[in-house]
Amino acid sequence: MTAPAGCKMLEIRDLTVEVEGKEIITDLNLCIERGEVHVLFGPNGCGKTTLLMTILGFPTYKVKKGTIMFKDVDITNLPTNERVKLGIGMSFQHPPEIRGVKLGDMVNIALGRKEGTIDERVIELGKRLNIPVQFLNRDVNLGFSGGEVKRSEILQLLAQTPDFLMFDEPDSGVDVENIELIGDLMNELLGRDKIPSQRERSGLIITHSGFIMRYLKPDRAHVMLDGRIACSGIPDEITKEIMEEGFERCVELCGKRVCKE
Amino acid sequence: MSQEISDRAQRAKTKKALLGEDVDLEQYTTEAGEHQPITSLGEIAKDYKQDLLEAGIEPSEKDRSGSFLQRDRSVVFSRALYKGLEVMSTTDALSKYNGLKDYLWKAVPVDADKYTAEVELAPSHGYFIRAAAGSKVTIPVQACLFITADKIRQNVHNIIIAEENSELHIITGCSVSHAVNSALHIGISEFYVRRGAKITFTMVHNWTGGIDVRPRSAVMIEDDGVFINNYILMKPVKSIQMYPTAYCVGKNARANFQSIIFAPGNSKIDVGSRAVLQGEGSRAELISRVIATDNAKVIARGDINGTAEHVKGHLECRGLMLSDTSVVESIPELKASRKDLDLSHEAAVGKIAEEEIQYLMSRGLSEEEAISVIIRGFLNVDITGLPDELAKETKRMFDLSLQKVM
Ligand SMILES: Nc1ncnc2c1ncn2[C@@H]1O[C@H](COP(=O)(O)OP(=O)(O)OP(=O)(O)O)[C@@H](O)[C@H]1O
Ligand SMILES: [Mg+2]
Repeated sequence: MTAPAGCKMLEIRDLTVEVEGKEIITDLNLCIERGEVHVLFGPNGCGKTTLLMTILGFPTYKVKKGTIMFKDVDITNLPTNERVKLGIGMSFQHPPEIRGVKLGDMVNIALGRKEGTIDERVIELGKRLNIPVQFLNRDVNLGFSGGEVKRSEILQLLAQTPDFLMFDEPDSGVDVENIELIGDLMNELLGRDKIPSQRERSGLIITHSGFIMRYLKPDRAHVMLDGRIACSGIPDEITKEIMEEGFERCVELCGKRVCKE
Repeated sequence: MSQEISDRAQRAKTKKALLGEDVDLEQYTTEAGEHQPITSLGEIAKDYKQDLLEAGIEPSEKDRSGSFLQRDRSVVFSRALYKGLEVMSTTDALSKYNGLKDYLWKAVPVDADKYTAEVELAPSHGYFIRAAAGSKVTIPVQACLFITADKIRQNVHNIIIAEENSELHIITGCSVSHAVNSALHIGISEFYVRRGAKITFTMVHNWTGGIDVRPRSAVMIEDDGVFINNYILMKPVKSIQMYPTAYCVGKNARANFQSIIFAPGNSKIDVGSRAVLQGEGSRAELISRVIATDNAKVIARGDINGTAEHVKGHLECRGLMLSDTSVVESIPELKASRKDLDLSHEAAVGKIAEEEIQYLMSRGLSEEEAISVIIRGFLNVDITGLPDELAKETKRMFDLSLQKVM
């Protein structure tokens, strides 16, 4: 029952991405196996969100070069909803407000149903994130606090249950009580409670805090600098170096360590 | 009919309206469109069932406390099924109640423009609906103004009265049969909400691309009275211009207007609502949602004029343009002639934000599905103040109209 070899979940080769005519990602390579969770570190503005949006296929993010393979399908030019059907899901850093579309509607849509009635199933899912019915009836993201946005995003992913989950700073601005809740649900969604060989789902998580690291015990970490993955390695080591030395120095150390390996 | 009133009408015969394009009345005839009364709504439903249903009219009269149907220039059916409720043609009410002196042209000036003058000089009925003092008529009355004859002028004058502490809910539909290419509808509506009374008025306009429409409405609201107006327009129209006004004359009088407009084709729409807060502590909320597509042009107006102490008013207008050749213009106005009042407005007009579509697509919807969800959400105004059943009914009518356009 071992995971099959090769990048069965996500494989990005030589990816160059432009936004509004500006190159944000350059020659990026990334491989995520089935059952693996990777974290992505990097300073503000280095292109982390851009990478996730490109994987999701938002048209503002123009692929200039390279390919994105997902479950052996070339998704480089597929529209977002086709990618979602194949099993990609995302928790957004800054999702838009949509007037008149309730959070409960979003949950229904994520469940693959029509928007409209907020029934038991939706209410039960809400409860798991400490989200009461009144909150499900609010227009999505309209006036949500930072922490509420995060919980609402995780709730939608919980309804969607994709095979490949991307989390863009799921922990920023979340209070201590809720961060454990979010950590637990991320673990569940990613199947971290199972032994490694039986994990079916994969994840890519952008975070600036150590919490996710401790809670999720990811398999691999990457540091992104200026649109490239500057170094990759064991999450604990990389975090330690970033904390102690900063991103640039970490990348330097990282280079040496790769040589040692 | 007093001489003075008809003199004023005579003098206003050629007075153009301040807003909206001028309609040449002579294009439309007052000669045709007379019909015999019917004994049940079922009779007319044989040929026009769909037109009636779309305008919110229930031919079986199930869950209705009374019905009124005017076809072209004739009232063909009217009856009240509830104690304390009166439903009849305005013409009958005029003879029964000595010319309705306290009501006729008391809220809307007869010489406002050529359209009000026209209704005074060449009236073709309209409805009179009244709830007696203390009567809570919680089941809605249905009233329908139906056009089936080509090229006619329908000049109706409606009087609606809720006497002290009564309650009255009206669903009114204006509809046109498919055989009609062009027609003119002028509707004067004068509402009187007496002390402690409540009227909810839900109006569905179901026109077609050849109809000119010029309603002229005003509402007088006394102490603690409540008037709630829901307006739904989902079909094309040649042109419509209206600016109903609620006068909150009494203490703590309240007026709510909610308008949902979907304008396709070449519709030219100039629609607003106005509240005059002249009673101490009176309140108004005017909310509109407008979608324009194809070549439609919509002007959405709102006006709150506060002249008394502790009044509160809020104006909210949102517009969405679905095509490059459609236009929505929002014109909110607030006037405060005192310090201790609270008036606010919000207005936003634009196109659907690309990132909203993408967000929905990231939850699995196709682009078209995402756009529909956004539009349905945009038009989703919580309809307040209606009894449960009627709220459901209104929602159903609304969903029905929406399904047709989406
Ligand atoms: N729509 C856009 N138009 C113009 N520039 C953009 C757009 N989206 C992103 N950028 C630019 O691309 C660069 C990378 O942005 P991105 O959001 O990917 O950074 P990030 O690594 O996620 O940063 P943070 O840690 O602050 O979230 C930034 O310089 C940003 O200003
Ligand atoms: Mg980011």
